[in-house]
Amino acid sequence: MTTTDPGGPGTALPTPSHTVGPFYGYALPFPGGGDIAPLGHPDTLTLRGYVYDGAGDPLPDAFLELWGPDPAGNVPDVDGSLRRDQATGGHLGRNGVEFTGWGRVQTDADGHWYARTLRPGARGRSAPYVSVCVFARGLLTHLFTRIYLPDDEAALAADPLLSRLPDARRDTLVAARERDGVYRFDIRLQGEGETVFLEFA
Amino acid sequence: MPLTQQDIDAEIAAEHAAYARRVADGAPVEHHPRRDYAPYRSSALRHPRQPPVTIDVRRDPELVELRSPAFGERDLSAVDDDLTRHHHGEPIGERITVSGRLLDRQGRPVRGQLVEIWQANAAGRYAHRREQHDAPLDPNFTGVGRTLTGPDGSYRFTTVRPGPYPWRNHVGAWRPAHIHFSLFGPAFTQRLVTQMYFPNDPLFRYDPILQSVTDDAARQRLVAVYDHGLSVPEFSLGYRWDIVLDGPDATWIEEGR
Repeated sequence: MTTTDPGGPGTALPTPSHTVGPFYGYALPFPGGGDIAPLGHPDTLTLRGYVYDGAGDPLPDAFLELWGPDPAGNVPDVDGSLRRDQATGGHLGRNGVEFTGWGRVQTDADGHWYARTLRPGARGRSAPYVSVCVFARGLLTHLFTRIYLPDDEAALAADPLLSRLPDARRDTLVAARERDGVYRFDIRLQGEGETVFLEFA
Repeated sequence: MPLTQQDIDAEIAAEHAAYARRVADGAPVEHHPRRDYAPYRSSALRHPRQPPVTIDVRRDPELVELRSPAFGERDLSAVDDDLTRHHHGEPIGERITVSGRLLDRQGRPVRGQLVEIWQANAAGRYAHRREQHDAPLDPNFTGVGRTLTGPDGSYRFTTVRPGPYPWRNHVGAWRPAHIHFSLFGPAFTQRLVTQMYFPNDPLFRYDPILQSVTDDAARQRLVAVYDHGLSVPEFSLGYRWDIVLDGPDATWIEEGR
């Protein structure tokens, strides 16, 4: 998604983006949306953080989608993130066994989000990362970013995206290790320490 | 001084004029809103000031963003695509059928992907605790639906026409009636959340969210068309709305672009 015509090969003209607005909460989030890791998986890690606006205030009405490969670097082709109960129409939740690689988490009233997923493996020339898409009231077009893990400095140094960025900006894409298996990743939409956001062309 | 509709109208006109100047100076057509769009006040502190960093996907076909999460039949229940059947009784309102195709920039159908919708009820009230508009809730309508696109990229929902509703962007702000859509393509880069509008709504010109799409032709692509062939006799009125996902996918590489 780009804000201007990428001059691509398209023959069909794209449908414009719009904000999710304030009232998606009864439609898009689902129970266990951030419990992406199968139960008891040894490569489970917890990602958490806050989403801040340009005044430094946390957003209580944002949501993130996380999308990443499994620990071997393979991209899941597994449905079932949103399993429904065929009798009641309610959410059944994930089955706790399969890894779909995708989750959706809201910020809470404090602007805090968390997810438990599997440690992503490396793909191609990139250091391991989880892709993130940010949605919020006030955001007319969603924002893509990435959560890189801090554990392998050599891989981070060789990453094609990170190596293009000045240090201060690069650091906005690398999570901070809080303790074993728990990483903090804050997203700043605007201003000092603004997170690096991506467009794909 | 509280912001009036006249203030917002002037800002909208200035944004349109600025866009017309950019295009006249040779800038590309802007299919999507700028995230920095002052008439929509909530954007003020929530848009990045730095330009996005561009990733050329042709240089790395292994990017996870070139693939997309999978959704299947177990992610749906039987009447998820019929919003009039989620409660014991019939919702109040004008019953409508909304249908179209999900396509990519090459015009190819996007098959088997998840389409999620949400909307206000016929009185313009969302089933959300933070909604303060004092229009009535409908005990027979929640306003959430989902489906998977078919082999030809088609989707179809049965619902009621949502009402317009007031909001607090400025004094006298009303949103034109709309249905929110959330869409996935074969690549995560193609992710789209947007809103579908109904033809000939007199509120279009006053709405800073719709007007954030400053290109006239692009804005028109957010408006469904009435399609009598989609109307179901004695049951519903039909609206057709095709959706085109932007962004590169893996085939851009396979095709050597």
